[in-house]
Amino acid sequence: MKAVVTVTGTDRKGIIAQVSAFLSEKNINILDISQTILGDRFAMIMLVDTSECSEDLASVSAAAAEMGRDIGMSVRVQHEDIFNAMHTV
Amino acid sequence: MFNSTDVIETIDMIEKEHLDVRTVTMGISLLPCVRESAEKTAEAVYGRVCKCAEKLVPTVEQVSREYGIPIVNKRVSVTPVSLITAAFPEKSALVALALDRAADALGVDFLGGYSALVHKATADYERAFLKTIPEALASTKKLCASVNVGSTRSGVNMDAVKLVGELVKETARLTPEGIGCAKFVAFCNAAEDNPFMAGAFHGVGEADCTINVGVSGPGVVQHALSFAPEADLTEAAEIIKRTAFKITRAGQLVAKEAARRLGVPFGVVDLSLAPTPARGDSVAHILEELGLETVGGHGTTAALAMLNDAVKKGGVMASSRVGGLSGAFIPVSEDIGMIEAAERGAITFDKLEAMTCVCSVGLDMIAIPGDTPASTISAILADEAAIGMVNGKTTAVRVIPAPGKKVGDTVNFGGLLGRAPVMPVHTGSAEKFISRGGILPAPIHSFKN
Repeated sequence: MKAVVTVTGTDRKGIIAQVSAFLSEKNINILDISQTILGDRFAMIMLVDTSECSEDLASVSAAAAEMGRDIGMSVRVQHEDIFNAMHTV
Repeated sequence: MFNSTDVIETIDMIEKEHLDVRTVTMGISLLPCVRESAEKTAEAVYGRVCKCAEKLVPTVEQVSREYGIPIVNKRVSVTPVSLITAAFPEKSALVALALDRAADALGVDFLGGYSALVHKATADYERAFLKTIPEALASTKKLCASVNVGSTRSGVNMDAVKLVGELVKETARLTPEGIGCAKFVAFCNAAEDNPFMAGAFHGVGEADCTINVGVSGPGVVQHALSFAPEADLTEAAEIIKRTAFKITRAGQLVAKEAARRLGVPFGVVDLSLAPTPARGDSVAHILEELGLETVGGHGTTAALAMLNDAVKKGGVMASSRVGGLSGAFIPVSEDIGMIEAAERGAITFDKLEAMTCVCSVGLDMIAIPGDTPASTISAILADEAAIGMVNGKTTAVRVIPAPGKKVGDTVNFGGLLGRAPVMPVHTGSAEKFISRGGILPAPIHSFKN
């Protein structure tokens, strides 16, 4: 299953490293990364493959949100279909 | 890879603009539950609802977490109970209590379907059933009741309209601040697959068990319009359509996925803009974003007509099956823009009635003086039903004659039901008109065969 990880907040050093470490620990493979600054906001978007992760997506999502709070960023993990549904015909 | 702007737009819709799926409602047929006594029927109803909806709440919560979109309400709708208790209507309250217990056990927010369809005539068992509604609402917490008093094909049953006015008054008397009336709605042209409360019920033409979903998102529409303050109304309609498409696609995804996991057929997506009392989640504020100084002023009906139409056009394209009420809701107590306009005196009862000619439902969640006569409430319903009948649309009345309250007072319902300033109604008596009873004949243009 593919999921989209979004990380938003104020830009600072080490964000990618910390998020990548979290995903690696969960056995989640990063397929693509893009990073952008929208206004004054740092936004990183990752497409990831969760097929080898032993936890279900809801638990990963909850753990990612908690990790995000620890590093002062908003981190979400969502099934890719929500974005496919809303932005493609 | 995804377009970053699209991804961030979705995140912002959810986190800043209150995008959510308002309700996942499981419709359950109670027809297999009819037994030889009220006690045994109530027991069968409890067992069947609990069995069918056993996994509803955990499954919907799981879908919500995986897709990262809030799903605010989990609900159940059932076959109109008057049909289940037709052999012992005076004991219908036993089924009401069983349904309320089931709703509690399942952890759903509301359960709808304590209902009767009397749009052409009121059978004896239906009259007896209707009279149990106030007590049923007073003795339950999650149960919602509804009555269909008219349709474009059959006309308006004015005997039922008269009775409903009395039931509303009695319900107000039996429940604190009249809150029972917030769980009771009277319709013309009721939708049999409506997932929204208080009017949800599971029509007899529906599947054994089905999943219907109601979307929402007035905040998202308002936000999208805020980027185009100079757009003409043709362009504004296009913006609303595009936004409604996105909102509805999220609802369609949730509906299909929840239905698949629960192993029941997907029914419909109800394309509705349903406000909440939260700031930034208001239909009234969309109308003001379009250029009205205040909702309720001249131009409001036109703006609402355009909004309602654009929501449907955008939503229809986004969903494989559309149904329910589908359009913009204008409940007064559940919309911060409406509440504030009512407090300022900017919106009147008459303007709300005019708005119901072009929006998806009717006069909704309006507190009126506690001493309003039953015949006036019936007359309010008769007006709404006539609008629905002649225009071939669903209309409804959900008013709360708050006991002891007068114009200028406020009634607090709490939560999503919000608060309502008590609005004045006309005081000219309709007693004689309502007491005539009979049928308002169906309009000539209803004969389409």
